[in-house]
Amino acid sequence: MSTSMETMAGPVGIVNNGRVPETGKADFPLPSGIRFEKPFRILTRLSAILIISMMAGIFILLALESVPVFHKFGFSFITSSSWNPVSNKFGALASIVGTLTTSFIAVLFGVPLALGSALFLNELCPFKLRSTLSTMIELLAAIPSIIYGMWGLFVMVPIMSHFIQPAMIKHLGHIPYVGVLFQGPPFGIGTLTAGLILSVMILPFIASVSLQAFATVPASLREAAYGTGANVWEVCRNILIPFTKTSLIGAIMLGLGRALGETMAVTFVIGNAHRLSVSLLAPGTTISATLANEFAEAFGDTYIASLLALGLVLFVITFVILMITRLLLLYDKRRIPI
Amino acid sequence: MKPDPSVLLRRRIVNYCMLVLFTVAIVISIGALTAILWKLSFSGLQAFSPDVFLKSTPAPGSSGGLLNAILGSVILIVTAMVAAIPLGVLAGTYLAEYGRTSKLGDVIRFCNDILLSAPSIIIGLFIYGIIVLPSKHFSGWAGAASLCLIAIPVIVRTSEDMLRLVPDSLREAGVALGCPYWKMIVKIGWRSARPGIMTGILLALARISGETAPLLFTSLNNQFSTLNMNVPIASLPIVIFQFAMSPYKDWQNLAWAGAFLITITVLGLSIFARQMLSTKRRP
Repeated sequence: MSTSMETMAGPVGIVNNGRVPETGKADFPLPSGIRFEKPFRILTRLSAILIISMMAGIFILLALESVPVFHKFGFSFITSSSWNPVSNKFGALASIVGTLTTSFIAVLFGVPLALGSALFLNELCPFKLRSTLSTMIELLAAIPSIIYGMWGLFVMVPIMSHFIQPAMIKHLGHIPYVGVLFQGPPFGIGTLTAGLILSVMILPFIASVSLQAFATVPASLREAAYGTGANVWEVCRNILIPFTKTSLIGAIMLGLGRALGETMAVTFVIGNAHRLSVSLLAPGTTISATLANEFAEAFGDTYIASLLALGLVLFVITFVILMITRLLLLYDKRRIPI
Repeated sequence: MKPDPSVLLRRRIVNYCMLVLFTVAIVISIGALTAILWKLSFSGLQAFSPDVFLKSTPAPGSSGGLLNAILGSVILIVTAMVAAIPLGVLAGTYLAEYGRTSKLGDVIRFCNDILLSAPSIIIGLFIYGIIVLPSKHFSGWAGAASLCLIAIPVIVRTSEDMLRLVPDSLREAGVALGCPYWKMIVKIGWRSARPGIMTGILLALARISGETAPLLFTSLNNQFSTLNMNVPIASLPIVIFQFAMSPYKDWQNLAWAGAFLITITVLGLSIFARQMLSTKRRP
């Protein structure tokens, strides 16, 4: 379809472009209800334009509100890690680094889990179990983020602090170079725990986009591979994954975008410490956790403006990631799923 | 040519290892869901009593329920949906019918896709900036507005997708009979896409029911039941957040009861929505 629907506007155009003739009386009976055509069209268009204004509004508001912050602190807002409401000094580095670290851990663990699950469902799963299992994975996406947070705080944190983290400190803590990541007391809360919970939260998104992508692989390709003697893993590695490469990268970016902005689950288990530490076991903070913890109690113009500037940084990061996601998925005629 | 047995063996071993890893991955994924639901039902049901629905949130140490939070959540969600459904369906209609190939339609679709996955806390900041800051106080309206902005992209997307599935021949049949374009959309488009649009609405409802982050600094919290949308209003997710993070055992128990309630609602809604789409004929 090359011409726009709007200019075609259907057979309504026959009757004087949808308008009632100016004489007020047509020499033939008009379709009933024709006078609502224009208001209806304008109404739908206004509702649609609301979406653009939301998007633009968010950008403009956050940008305007954070101008004074960047004016006052300059580039050091991003490069300094001292966040001190009392002395009115704000640097977002700890939050930004925390956001990136937790998301990286989430992708590191979430992607293998999601791809493994998707490949299992696609190649190994008994047909009867398939829809049940894939629905269960999709339900992981439906569980509200605050539930993940509570579960993390009351179930994951004790396990981490009693079993996993002491073991890590004992066995990984003294390896040269890597060891510094696993040092310090086993609090349970911290960057690593937050990253692990995020990995479970982003898993369903990656898995469901991958499954949809695998479904587009032509059956003849898979059958040909099996027919020439390839085994399951060889079919996955040489047929499924290469064929759906773009979508898979899109799926991973989608997961990353989700992890970057996730708030409640992280707030519960990260510990909210504005400190840069090399150890993954130490409490830290992320942009969204800082906002969730401090915004309602923030005092003074600079403090609030700094938090809004933090929001702007988060929005810009997720915007870029989501834009890349969309490009990659559209390349395979797919869209960002709900 | 005879295949080299050592190559065959290596291929078999690699294959076997990978299959085990796939199985481990799905066991962990399903295991996570089971573990969450298990803990939730265990602790949630333990803390459950009629008081949860009959009393308001207590001070630490005394007994109470979640009445004000449940009431507040229902008010916020209903208000948000009342605004989001018409706006979302109309915008989706524009994208699927009038703006199918227009530049404006492409821009809107792009914005909608970004908003769909944008962090919900950013929406909260936006509403804080345009409602709370000018009016100088937190309010139920601000909370409802932020939930509304989160629901709209979901409804827009599903409405557009479902209307797109309606065959063009049906549309052409309608307009060929002299039906104005808007009437064709309402009587043919909306009617045949109804199950799909309803699914979108239910998904949006499920999405905003558990949403916490944008309410933190818009509707805030309230110890008492209120129907006044001009003052801060309690909501279930915020109360859960506050109570779960507290050191008091009875508050934590109430948080589990609330968490159980929310999860049952959200999972029920999304299972129902999926069912509706799969059993009722898609357009």
